[in-house]
Amino acid sequence: MKPETIVNKIWNKHVVHQEEGNPDLLYIDLHLVHEVTSPQAFEGLRLNNRKVRRPDLTYATMDHNVPTKNRDVIKDQIAQKQMETLKQNCLENGITLADMYHPDQGIVHVIGPELGLTQPGKTIVCGDSHTSTHGAFGALAFGIGTSEVEHVLATQSLWQDRPKTLKIQVEGDLGPGVTAKDLILAIIGKFGVKFGTGYVMEYTGKAIRNLSMEERMTVCNMSIEAGARAGLISPDETTVEFLKGRAHVPEGEAFELLAEEWLSLATDEGAVYDKTVVIKAAEVEPQVTWGTNPGMCVPVSGTTPDLSQVEHKEDVERALDYMGLVENQPITSIEIDHVFIGSCTNSRLSDLQKAAAIIEGKRVSDKVRAIVVPGSFSIKMQAEKEGLDEIFKAAGFEWREAGCSMCLAMNNDVVPPGGRCASTSNRNFEGRQGNGSRTHLVSPEMAAIAAVEGHFVDVRQFTGVLN
Amino acid sequence: MEAIEKHRGLVYPLNRANIDTDQIIPKQFLKRIERTGFGQFLFYHWRFDDDGNKRTDFSMNYPEYQNASILVAGDNFGCGSSREHAPWALLDYGFRVIIAPSFADIFYNNSLKNGIIPIQLDQEQVDQWMERAEKGTLTLDIDLKNQFIVDEADQKVHFDIPEYHKEKLINGWDDIALTLQHQDAISAYEGNLA
Repeated sequence: MKPETIVNKIWNKHVVHQEEGNPDLLYIDLHLVHEVTSPQAFEGLRLNNRKVRRPDLTYATMDHNVPTKNRDVIKDQIAQKQMETLKQNCLENGITLADMYHPDQGIVHVIGPELGLTQPGKTIVCGDSHTSTHGAFGALAFGIGTSEVEHVLATQSLWQDRPKTLKIQVEGDLGPGVTAKDLILAIIGKFGVKFGTGYVMEYTGKAIRNLSMEERMTVCNMSIEAGARAGLISPDETTVEFLKGRAHVPEGEAFELLAEEWLSLATDEGAVYDKTVVIKAAEVEPQVTWGTNPGMCVPVSGTTPDLSQVEHKEDVERALDYMGLVENQPITSIEIDHVFIGSCTNSRLSDLQKAAAIIEGKRVSDKVRAIVVPGSFSIKMQAEKEGLDEIFKAAGFEWREAGCSMCLAMNNDVVPPGGRCASTSNRNFEGRQGNGSRTHLVSPEMAAIAAVEGHFVDVRQFTGVLN
Repeated sequence: MEAIEKHRGLVYPLNRANIDTDQIIPKQFLKRIERTGFGQFLFYHWRFDDDGNKRTDFSMNYPEYQNASILVAGDNFGCGSSREHAPWALLDYGFRVIIAPSFADIFYNNSLKNGIIPIQLDQEQVDQWMERAEKGTLTLDIDLKNQFIVDEADQKVHFDIPEYHKEKLINGWDDIALTLQHQDAISAYEGNLA
């Protein structure tokens, strides 16, 4: 048989209808829903007297709007209405909802894997661009708009052009103290924010194989920041091990059979990709973004760009100006006043453990306001069991309830105008964390040490990796 | 959605690359549960200052670009968040056509679902029209059916768009109604799964 990529294997299994000159009609195995991008879709169904075709393949939660403290008093009436609307829509259509007070509540891309809803080989969509996260499991997962949300609700399928495949081969090993976040930022920094447009990216190579599932999710999560709607990693024993025993995963013999099927999805030796790029893991250093898109990124040992050396000078100038920085400025000289540890990129238990290990016994700088927002209620509970909350609180961090929070600042967790935030999230766009806010994307470890020092430093200097 | 086959309109040039959907429609306006009324919030923080007054130094507020219905923008337009509120805001403001060297995938799709024509042209052509629209005003005639654009100097430029997207735009078809014609195929697929 012809060697195939995992993307084509999953695709071929999901084609419902195919005709020359048209996109394929693709079946969707799992549709995740949240409060912000769904109300207009449900309204569309109602106006046309249509029903949700497969409520059993649809799962909803509240994450974007939810307060991360004082949940009993929601001051934002419009946000409240949006959440009420989701509740009503789920009730009317028989869709399971993990609402704000539910033990399974959390960021949609955190709870999917946590509950075992996310599985290898599935087609997964959600009205959210970071749906690419689920690709870590070898699922074909991508973000869609609200019209497509409505389409999936009504038909459990989507018209899609077969994507091109882009192999990102990460050779060798990441250095000590270098994280999955640094890797994906370095990839975007090197190839830019649109090199993945039109492709599904598949991450391969030794460094990828050695990542935990949580680290793989961090990598796949940011595929969209490189322009790719989906990014994935072929399933292996790490994938199977992670899913074993999860709530929505079968047990016993059924699991063994399923696991075998999952492993068979991995890209075959010799499969052909439309494009391949290679990254040497050992060359990756801890990264910090300096500008207003995730591609504007350098190693922490670096500086902001030299305007005489850049290609798109106006864009760079504009970004530096917005960020309140100048050219050739050392990254370590940048002082911050906010730290956010959270988001669908970096809010999982291991992220919190790693950040806690850095700050244990230290104090957050007096100039810095720091918050930790666990990705789900379940992570929060587990972290508290391990005493991580106490470590964070003792250091001066605020410890919050689960949600998207300061990643996009739809709730009250906002960086004020001119404020500067070391953030473990995924987007440093203008105003992303609040109107006029300035965001620097980093790993949880780099965010934690920046909170203590009040400016960026190479975290490896504090962990004995670098002198 | 409203069908569109031909469009004649004034160009507004926005010469920035990588314009993300957070700029097109900032998050504080995503809490509404309607599809309409987003035009007033389009490019909100670029158009308005912190007190809600129009910024006089942002070109979209210049008198000559009022009533523009064709947006010419930089590379990778619409990157970032999947929010369909972005095309809703553009459409509600009055834009029916967007011309750029490239588009982000999700935004491109979202535009098509709302009767906006996203037209990808090479950088050189975009730059030429960008410059002319910046220096004076520029009106373009778009013929979707025949896939060309004509400017005031009678320059005729061809553009590519997949045939099925073109057909849907021209007819204003409802995607879901079309798909439901394949309901048997969907049921058969589900039957095989069971």
